[in-house]
Amino acid sequence: MAGQTSTAPAGVAARRPPEPDRRRGAARAQLLPYWLVLPTLLYVVAFFAWPMVQAFGLAFLGEDGGPTLEHVRTMVGDVQFTSALTFTLLLLVVILPVQFAVALTMALLVNNTRLRARGLFLYIYALPLAVSELAAGIVWFAIFTQQGYLNSVLERVGLIDVPFIWLDYRAPEQLLLAVVLAEVWRATSFVMIILVAGLQGIPRDYLEAAEVFGAGLLTRVRRVILPMLKPSIQVALIFRTILAFQVFATVIALTGRGATVLTAEAYRWQTDVRDPNVAAAYAGLILLLSIVSTAVILRLTRTPPEQRMV
Amino acid sequence: MSRNRSVNRWVALAFGLVLLAVGCAGDGEGGTGAETPSPGPEAAETPAETPDETPAAQDSGPVTFFSTQLAPVEESEKVRNTILAGFPGEVDFVGADNYGAWVDRITAEAEAGEGTIDLLGGLHGDFVSLGTERLTDVSDLMSELSDRGFSEDYVELANLGTDTPYYIPWMQATYIVVANKQALEHLPDGADVEALTYEQYAEWAANIFDATGQAKVGFPAGEDGLLPRFFQGYLLPAFTGGVVTTFGESDAAWEWMRGIWEHTHPQSVGFGFMQDPLLSEEVWVAWDHVARLKNALEQRPDDFVAVPAPAGPEGRAFMPVVAGLAIPATAPSPQGAQDLIAYMAELETQATTLREVGFFPVVEGDLPEDLSAGIQLEADAVRMQTEAEDALPSLLPIGLGDAGGDFNKIFADTFTRIILNGEEIGPVLERQAEALQALMEETGASCWQPDPPSDGPCQVG
Repeated sequence: MAGQTSTAPAGVAARRPPEPDRRRGAARAQLLPYWLVLPTLLYVVAFFAWPMVQAFGLAFLGEDGGPTLEHVRTMVGDVQFTSALTFTLLLLVVILPVQFAVALTMALLVNNTRLRARGLFLYIYALPLAVSELAAGIVWFAIFTQQGYLNSVLERVGLIDVPFIWLDYRAPEQLLLAVVLAEVWRATSFVMIILVAGLQGIPRDYLEAAEVFGAGLLTRVRRVILPMLKPSIQVALIFRTILAFQVFATVIALTGRGATVLTAEAYRWQTDVRDPNVAAAYAGLILLLSIVSTAVILRLTRTPPEQRMV
Repeated sequence: MSRNRSVNRWVALAFGLVLLAVGCAGDGEGGTGAETPSPGPEAAETPAETPDETPAAQDSGPVTFFSTQLAPVEESEKVRNTILAGFPGEVDFVGADNYGAWVDRITAEAEAGEGTIDLLGGLHGDFVSLGTERLTDVSDLMSELSDRGFSEDYVELANLGTDTPYYIPWMQATYIVVANKQALEHLPDGADVEALTYEQYAEWAANIFDATGQAKVGFPAGEDGLLPRFFQGYLLPAFTGGVVTTFGESDAAWEWMRGIWEHTHPQSVGFGFMQDPLLSEEVWVAWDHVARLKNALEQRPDDFVAVPAPAGPEGRAFMPVVAGLAIPATAPSPQGAQDLIAYMAELETQATTLREVGFFPVVEGDLPEDLSAGIQLEADAVRMQTEAEDALPSLLPIGLGDAGGDFNKIFADTFTRIILNGEEIGPVLERQAEALQALMEETGASCWQPDPPSDGPCQVG
């Protein structure tokens, strides 16, 4: 883009010399990119930046308009706060590695030229992308509920006599497992798509060269594919982490009030308690966690300059 | 050439800006879109058929009816296709997902100074929270409809603490217990299912657990569940005779809750409408709002019994719920709304409402004879509960303004701490009593039934 704007005025100058005109033309041409960016910028300011500032205002300003930490204190002192924060972080820590392992396997499979119906696999794998979070939650609820599919199957094959209660709030690990399964099923294909795109950008010669030198599949994955996938992994990691902080409907549908996450608490403070200040404090916390984790991911997945592909 | 090129750029830029502007303008129109589909000139001709009934309603297009009640899809469909079928005008019935969505939209319209909603449907408490400045005084309509025989209590409630009515009573409901007939054989010795005590109810739960190995008593403690109402209108008043003034002495009630919780279905924290687990037989015995039990009774009336809520040492506490119809101050078609209210308050419409959605009439007159078996079960249980010798009506909170959510949260949090988190009852009650007292001071709400009347804010005991 920078190249285009600098060559245009040069071409113009060659054709028509009058001095003042030329200078005005050049100035205009230099301004053009800014004009083109302006609509997007206005959009982002009006619909993202400004509401965000307003949300921080709600979270940190008192009734008298002065700064206050009262809303944050209410949030932290609430009986659900610790469980919401813990469950959100637990979900993140458990889901991310599982999802990446599964997504990488799927991506390698889809990208394998020796596999005949790999296009078909790609479509099948991508199907859950079309399912909304809530719908996914309800589907998995139908599986795990006491009279659900899972218990029916287990009863029929004689593994259990009495239906087992999977979604038991007294067993948080079971709730966590249910939510993790639902989320992995629903959102792994999202990671896979990004990884497939990255895989297709790796030149075949590298892999063939590795093969010639006798590298097995695992060595190729570890020494060639993973390092070259780093930019894709970085993008997918950031997206997944931010989306993990926003998980909401799956948790509500599967666990009701048995487990809670930060977004659910923000929602309840806004709609049930009608306290937009505390809801905004939760929103601010989610934003803060997203920013911090993005920074951490960027830092951890940084590629030293000498290793960068040009 | 250079001029041409830069002119072209400017044209392109201008074109882009025009597109953007058109896009924005389009959005603006979209916001008030509900007003636009007015039938226009043809409509002016149609009232000829019913000249004196609803001329205004038809002049100004459909009446937009926005309600927190009957909002679930199935109920909304019944409102549109059956309950409103007899109304001569056109009605656009919109259910609000929750109270928050309802109040947000009304507030937004009021703040914009331009409305699209003509008629509001909500619980008494919804209107209390909304406040009178958003509503129209309906005293004329109330006196016009005085022959319908609304109960005096309800007319008084409709004043929202002022001297003039702001809504017209629409329908009423309450909460009862529904049990699967398979559970009846496990009733404690000597217990009458139609006049249970809390002690027997807990014993019943334990008996079922011992016999089947499963916890089959359920409470609506999930996201959409109405469990806080169980504490406010049933458990606490039945054990202590009050709600706010006796909150600090409610140890026994919470002790009871802790006891029965051991034999309560653990998925209760996910249950919203108890009719679903009743129908799937995950649960055999459940307390809930009549409208949330209706499907179970309607679909399998032979498998279930509907009975009054249990009684505690202080009586058989129960909570009557009244819904009303109001006209927002920004209504574009207030006359249409008035006509629709008059229609909704006809005995026949009220009977249809009972048949279709299980909410009871607020006008005088006999219940229809041709009720379905399920609704009949429900109606009998409600009658038994209201007419019980030890009946103790416990009203919805009055005077809390928009703090109804905070009030519910105090009870929900008490439940979470004592029952789910297993904290000690005494300290939790102490802590929650402080929060309750702060709320009463903040809102200045005086006590409501069954607490004795107070001068000034209700004092937490």
